[in-house]
Amino acid sequence: MRRKVLVCGGTGCVSSRSREVYDALESELAGRGLGEQFELKYTGCHGFCEQGPLVLVEPEGYFYCRVTKEHVAKLVDSLQEGSVYEDLLYKDPDTGNRVKTRNDVPFYQKQKRLVLKNCGLINPESIEDYLNAGGYRTLQKVFKMSPDAVIDEVKKAGLRGRGGGGFPTGLKWEYARKARGDKKYIICNADEGDPGAFMDRSILEGDPHRVLEGMLTAGYAIGAGEGFVYIRAEYPLAVRRLDIAIKEAREKGFLGENILGSGFNFDIHIKQGAGAFVCGEETALIESIQGNRGMPRPRPPFPAVKGLWDRPTVVNNVETLANLPIIFDMGAEAYAAIGTEQSKGTKIFALTGKIKNTGLVEVPMGITLREIIFDIGGGIPNGKKFKAVQIGGPSGGGLSAQHLDLPIDYDSLIDAGAMMGSGGLVVMDEDTCMVELARFFLSFTRMEACGKCTPCREGNTRLLEILERIVEGRGELQDLDLLESLGHTIIDTSLCGLGQSAPNPVLSALKYFRPEYEMHVKNKLCPAGVCKALLSYRIIEEKCKACGLCLKHCPVGAITGKKGEPHRIDPEMCKKCGECLKKCPFGAIVLAGGDGFGQGQSDHKRNHVSRTQALYNLKSGGRERH
Amino acid sequence: MHTGIDELLEKYWHIPGGLVPLLQEVQKVHGYLSREILEKIASGMGISLAKVAGVATFYHQFHLTPRGRYIIKVCMGTACHVRGAAEVLFAMEDELGIKVGHTTPDLTFTLDQVACLGACGLAPVITINDETYGKLTPGQVPKLIEKYREEAAVVH
Ligand SMILES: Cc1cc2nc3c(=O)[nH]c(=O)nc-3n(C[C@H](O)[C@H](O)[C@H](O)COP(=O)(O)O)c2cc1C
Ligand code: FES
Repeated sequence: MRRKVLVCGGTGCVSSRSREVYDALESELAGRGLGEQFELKYTGCHGFCEQGPLVLVEPEGYFYCRVTKEHVAKLVDSLQEGSVYEDLLYKDPDTGNRVKTRNDVPFYQKQKRLVLKNCGLINPESIEDYLNAGGYRTLQKVFKMSPDAVIDEVKKAGLRGRGGGGFPTGLKWEYARKARGDKKYIICNADEGDPGAFMDRSILEGDPHRVLEGMLTAGYAIGAGEGFVYIRAEYPLAVRRLDIAIKEAREKGFLGENILGSGFNFDIHIKQGAGAFVCGEETALIESIQGNRGMPRPRPPFPAVKGLWDRPTVVNNVETLANLPIIFDMGAEAYAAIGTEQSKGTKIFALTGKIKNTGLVEVPMGITLREIIFDIGGGIPNGKKFKAVQIGGPSGGGLSAQHLDLPIDYDSLIDAGAMMGSGGLVVMDEDTCMVELARFFLSFTRMEACGKCTPCREGNTRLLEILERIVEGRGELQDLDLLESLGHTIIDTSLCGLGQSAPNPVLSALKYFRPEYEMHVKNKLCPAGVCKALLSYRIIEEKCKACGLCLKHCPVGAITGKKGEPHRIDPEMCKKCGECLKKCPFGAIVLAGGDGFGQGQSDHKRNHVSRTQALYNLKSGGRERH
Repeated sequence: MHTGIDELLEKYWHIPGGLVPLLQEVQKVHGYLSREILEKIASGMGISLAKVAGVATFYHQFHLTPRGRYIIKVCMGTACHVRGAAEVLFAMEDELGIKVGHTTPDLTFTLDQVACLGACGLAPVITINDETYGKLTPGQVPKLIEKYREEAAVVH
């Protein structure tokens, strides 16, 4: 058997120069005449992007991290000897021990990789690899069943949509199957606009045929002849791999006429998005494919009845579709045994933010946040404390430490005021200000709102204004009540899911981090030290050498002091531009919260100044939209 | 002037939903969509200029003004935000002397922000044309830009 050397070609590893490693390996292997003995290939993402570039050696399963081209000569030595290259193995930060294989790395131990099974192990640009891994096998089974039986099987499995809402997939298909139409369509929603989520991208980049297989199953079940993948233009690698996969599938007869002799015809086309978050919403997406402005329309009628070109259309998320081959491989019953009562199977989460092991993790539904964040994610870096985790993107909610032991599934998250969304988990430590974060999310949703309905267009703008007021130190106590009542009104009256969920981050933060909001409005303090307007500049007398530099550079003349005596900043006049702090050669100027809070952290605080300042620029400069 | 538009119109005018891919392809050739181009597309497709402009202004991908040779996209997604993306953007603005959403007068750089590049593991992330740069600090910005300035100078 030829041994395999698999280099990760996912976006994360490519960014950390895995191509150089591949090229170096290729020439080193060829140079030593080993090209025949070792099969070198690219794979999709392993999910552990933090440790990239990753190289896997099969069949031993040696899992090498942070490989650079400088390591290549020694790496090939070890390949030749059949030994392990110790220095490149993952080092467990707790024990200091080197870990040999991927499955022994703590990051993988609590995962259950079904959808991501092939990611990192097969070459996504080769249908042969997919076939060797058992790909397209379930089609034989599916085509032998009646479409109704296929739908029943999906219902029995309890599969729910992974694109956000968690709608039962089998039921959606049944509606579309029963709906009348001369043609029907399957749309794979690969818009993935939720910032902080990249599971759909990884599936498409690492195992594109799995999604095609899922689309074929869906198409057969509802009686569709054509499918579209609506994919973000920001994902060029995924588009390319998908394109290759579709061509290969056509060549092998998995797409086209009379597939596998079943009499079923189906073809798939790619539609590239043009950059608009709201186009992830299914009715907006359909408008966009039809060549219009991507504005949602009221539902009902639902797309399953009246969708693309007014015909019955099933819109399913990438991850939802990627689950289908698993269901038909292991059987509905075995699948339904994974997860919780109401949420079956696994969910992929993108673990990001202030967390040690950033990456993509697939876990059974019902796992706790603590297990994900601490056991898999390795906890919070730099000895900081866990503060909150944002689940479900800008439309989701922030949960606090009290939720760490909550078993997560669709329903428990809704009850807690968050939502599954696409599965983004952004972890925050004590340096994150929950008020400022809510403002950040709202500025995103407002910018992306299409402007069609009034509650969302006007209401969310007002919410944002109130939050800006609070962040700038002009908030009042009644603002908090106003945020709550306005937020609920927007949720009740907006046209589409964007407006209906935009107030979520504000409302959940008010629920779980109310004291922090109160500090901002009552005491004009930002406990996390982020909100610039609530901080002030001070000169530490003992450190001041009275050089006069700050005084000279203060644009508003707020600094006084004579030669030989420590200078002072007049807090009333100070515009908090930060010039003095930048100019002081002795580090005598600090940025501190109200009561001398945050003293002596000038470097750390300085970051926050420019950060908030930049955000203000953003607000006024805005996104280019002409 | 406006080469290729007729051919592209020929390819798309009869395809339902063809406007978006048509605009995408025209922009690929011409870099941006000028008023004249939009007018030409409107009359070629037999639809109003308002409809074409409506679609062109709705999507972030379409640009109505000339773009720089190097397109810098600074990710402002959540993961990048909590890891200090705004500082990087701020440093970019300082270094280039333009605000986000704008292009330098010499048409060398365009500075954009995007919602998520899907490389959150490397946050904060930017891309310059097809290259991705992760775990960026504001301090690294001047050197990075300098590299591209030199490259631009050589080619010119
Ligand atoms: C503002 C907004 C953005 C959305 N973005 C996405 C997205 O990027 N990807 C996705 O699959 N679903 C997204 N959805 C959900 C879709 O409308 C739809 O429910 C989903 O694609 C259905 O697929 P599923 O049943 O497989 O989950 C979004 C919804 C809203 C309201
Ligand atoms: S949030 Fe920046 S790459 Fe995802």
